Amino acid sequence: MTVLEGWWAYVFIAIAGWLATDIWRWLGVLAGNRLREDSEALNWVRAVATALVAAVIAKLVLYPTGVLEQSPLWLRLGSVVAGAVAFFAARQKPAIGIATAIGVLAVGLYALGF
Amino acid sequence: MKHGETAGSARHWFLAGMMGIFSLPATILMLSFVGFCAFTAQAGIPVEQVVFMVGAVWALPAKVILVSSILGGANVLTAFIAVTLSSIRLMPMVAALVPEIRTQRTPTWLLLLLSHFVAITAWVFAMERVQSVPRERRIVFFAGFGITLVLANMTLVAVVYQFVTEFPPIVAGCLFFLTPVYFLASIWSSARHPVIYVALAVGLVAGPVFYWVAPEFDILLAGVGGGTVAWLAERSWRQRKEARA
Repeated sequence: MTVLEGWWAYVFIAIAGWLATDIWRWLGVLAGNRLREDSEALNWVRAVATALVAAVIAKLVLYPTGVLEQSPLWLRLGSVVAGAVAFFAARQKPAIGIATAIGVLAVGLYALGF
Repeated sequence: MKHGETAGSARHWFLAGMMGIFSLPATILMLSFVGFCAFTAQAGIPVEQVVFMVGAVWALPAKVILVSSILGGANVLTAFIAVTLSSIRLMPMVAALVPEIRTQRTPTWLLLLLSHFVAITAWVFAMERVQSVPRERRIVFFAGFGITLVLANMTLVAVVYQFVTEFPPIVAGCLFFLTPVYFLASIWSSARHPVIYVALAVGLVAGPVFYWVAPEFDILLAGVGGGTVAWLAERSWRQRKEARA
């Protein structure tokens, strides 16, 4: 494993981290500035942004890193489904859905000897 | 500033944004940063670099990729490409947020500056909350929230770095799982346009499918491809409904 040292570490982070992310934020401002709030183009941008985040969510659940890498897929999916059921039963209160999903996951991990 | 009086002062809304630090999403994000802090501490990245990274990069997935690149000994160009490809999603996110928070008089330089504070959590939070903020105060509200969230997490990482070693596995697992579950619940409950529900469902399926087909570009393809399909489906459904009405 490599660890960067001295001033070069900060230049490295500024180029490969700061610039690499802010470019897209700046392009987003320039693009968003041209979009009218009720336009069909903005509807498409909304759909793309939401689908991107949804894809990130699916990846985090299906291909997690760290401890959950060793957990069974059925437990992770089961936790999400249990959370979704509680969420809709509780008239779409996020906190209820989140607490249920995490609770089921914790109990499952405990039962499996994690 | 007659207009400002009816909408509440700028300071009031900046403070209201700052108070967002005590919200559920901010709490979940801070817990995720504790997890990230443990990851960097175990990898041996010096704490000053980690704090700098939090402020400079901000988006958590981009930072994880940056750290992995550094640990893998990647050169600056390779690391730049990996991080930048993973961050393309920031563009449509910012583009969707900007029309919600600007007014006709909002200067572009201010939006460019504040766009730095956009990452998934701040985006979900802002899209959800700005509806209840008067339009001319949305920029200050977002600035108050975004700046506070970044500074709080820089402080958090600096303090916590000394103490994180190994979490019990159940705690670490649950910390990790909070993020996807929170995103799901929050996006669904805050959606104000029908297309959001369709895009969320399509993206959840398209993500794994494209991971299987083209793992290097999965998120991008799932977003652009899945988002376009969702938009077309919702639009044709909407047009048919209008035609019948």
